[in-house]
Amino acid sequence: MTNALDIEGLTKTYGSGFEALKGIDLKVAQGDFFALLGPNGAGKSTTLGIVCSLVTKSAGKVSVFGYDIDTHLSDAKLHLGVVPQEFNFNQFEKVFDIVTIQAGYYGIPLKKAAVSAEKYLKKLGLWDKRNTPARMLSGGMKRRLMIARALVHEPKLLILDEPTAGVDIELRRSMWSFLEDMNRQGTTIILTTHYLEEAEALCRNIAIIDHGRIVRNTSKRELLQQLSLETFLLDTELALDTAPDLEGFSCRLDDEGVLEVDVHKGQALNDVFMQLEQQRVKVVSMRTKANRLEELFIRMVEHNAPKGETKTEGRA
Amino acid sequence: MNAQALFTAYTTIVLREIRRFTRIWPQTLLPPAVTMTLYFIIFGNLIGSRIGEMGGFDYMSFIVPGLIMMAVITNSYANVVSSFFSMKFQRSVEELLVSPVPNWVILAGYVTGGMARGLGIGVIVTLLSLAFTQLKIHSLPMVVVTVFLTSALFSVGGFINALLATKFDDVSIVPTFVLTPLTYLGGVFYSIDLLPDFWQGVSMANPILYMVNGFRFGILGVSDVNPFVSLGMILAFIAVLTFIALRLLARGKGIRH
Repeated sequence: MTNALDIEGLTKTYGSGFEALKGIDLKVAQGDFFALLGPNGAGKSTTLGIVCSLVTKSAGKVSVFGYDIDTHLSDAKLHLGVVPQEFNFNQFEKVFDIVTIQAGYYGIPLKKAAVSAEKYLKKLGLWDKRNTPARMLSGGMKRRLMIARALVHEPKLLILDEPTAGVDIELRRSMWSFLEDMNRQGTTIILTTHYLEEAEALCRNIAIIDHGRIVRNTSKRELLQQLSLETFLLDTELALDTAPDLEGFSCRLDDEGVLEVDVHKGQALNDVFMQLEQQRVKVVSMRTKANRLEELFIRMVEHNAPKGETKTEGRA
Repeated sequence: MNAQALFTAYTTIVLREIRRFTRIWPQTLLPPAVTMTLYFIIFGNLIGSRIGEMGGFDYMSFIVPGLIMMAVITNSYANVVSSFFSMKFQRSVEELLVSPVPNWVILAGYVTGGMARGLGIGVIVTLLSLAFTQLKIHSLPMVVVTVFLTSALFSVGGFINALLATKFDDVSIVPTFVLTPLTYLGGVFYSIDLLPDFWQGVSMANPILYMVNGFRFGILGVSDVNPFVSLGMILAFIAVLTFIALRLLARGKGIRH
């Protein structure tokens, strides 16, 4: 079956001489929910920008559902819906007009566009705001408007660049649910995000890009299996003065008196609880300290950093 | 995209442009009407009555075609340059760039939008001029063809300006320092017969002179230049500027990274 997205040897060097992409190969299968992760400046937005033809590539091949963007750009674009990182609609237009105008650019007559616009504005909870100028919407509503706009022509591949940036948790969860629903109905989704729990919750396959190169491209499951250490936070019934001595485990108290226990791959959590039971420490709740994917991501990006550059921060 | 889809995309751009300039009519339609009325009163009535005849017509009749053309030129240009640059500035141009609309449809849509405003203002100014003078049309086809082509030409010019502009200053530089001087020196207010030979020769290098005189020929039947040469010049400029605009679009100049 044709891939939803095929990228081969993609490079991009900007006019300033900055080499944003250094030969990327990427395949996204039809129906996939795919995450493209990477630190700021890694090349995520450049990659997606080239796919959406907002950025011109220096070399390489890009195909969307088998349509090469060099030879069949129009066909490739018909299959694409794009939700960019930054608001890019006319702030003075009304919500309904923004969506129907976008449909018009795809050659959809107004009558048909109005039906599609109503469907997605209702699904995304914006129907009541249809006659409101876009500038009057809240940040979360603007994000949802961009999703409705991207879907109005019913694309088979939806690209979302940081779709939930700056969105509160409740709204983020409802957007996740909406995207999961779209994916279940057959829309292939490619997502970039800084919220790694978002990628962990939604995506089946993940590519990590850094310094213009794909450093990992695999399934989320396989990626998480590589995790050799997880830290658990245990809330105890009674406050502890010192961390208990747990044989085979490293543990400590954090600043708030919560017990932190490191569990290596192959070790059983039961052993932790058994030893705590023996020491009469009662645990009332438990959670993981860091997002698992986040931990892996940081390790991979740090490992890939060029000599002299130790952290991912400060590379935006 | 098939022909019907292309037409839908084209009309979407055109209607959006028309909706834009009519929504902000106090900024787009009212000012040229006020300015041109002042021209008619001051230059036509007050000063014109002391000037006497120009090209065989009273001064008011002589300047009306030029003033209509001036309004058409400046508004066609201003509409496209401000609208497209605003889209670049707000990044809403990306809505067009990610869609399958071909470049020539984008250009055609914006040029038609510019023409809608330019010609709309032309009609308003023409109606206003009837309060000051009587217009007798010498050649309606010449009037229509000249004004349509001139409006198209300056709409394409505005589009190129918008593509090349990187800041708001760049949007006003061409109208202020190129378009306005060329229009004023393009025979709107005088016949180039009044000029010494040398300056007549220099004036012949001003493209706006051909447009103003072509239009004046259509209305009054008099012109400083052959009206067919005027039409030829306008068509040649349209061809060159359209080629440049499409090349810039294909290269993504000012709109793609």
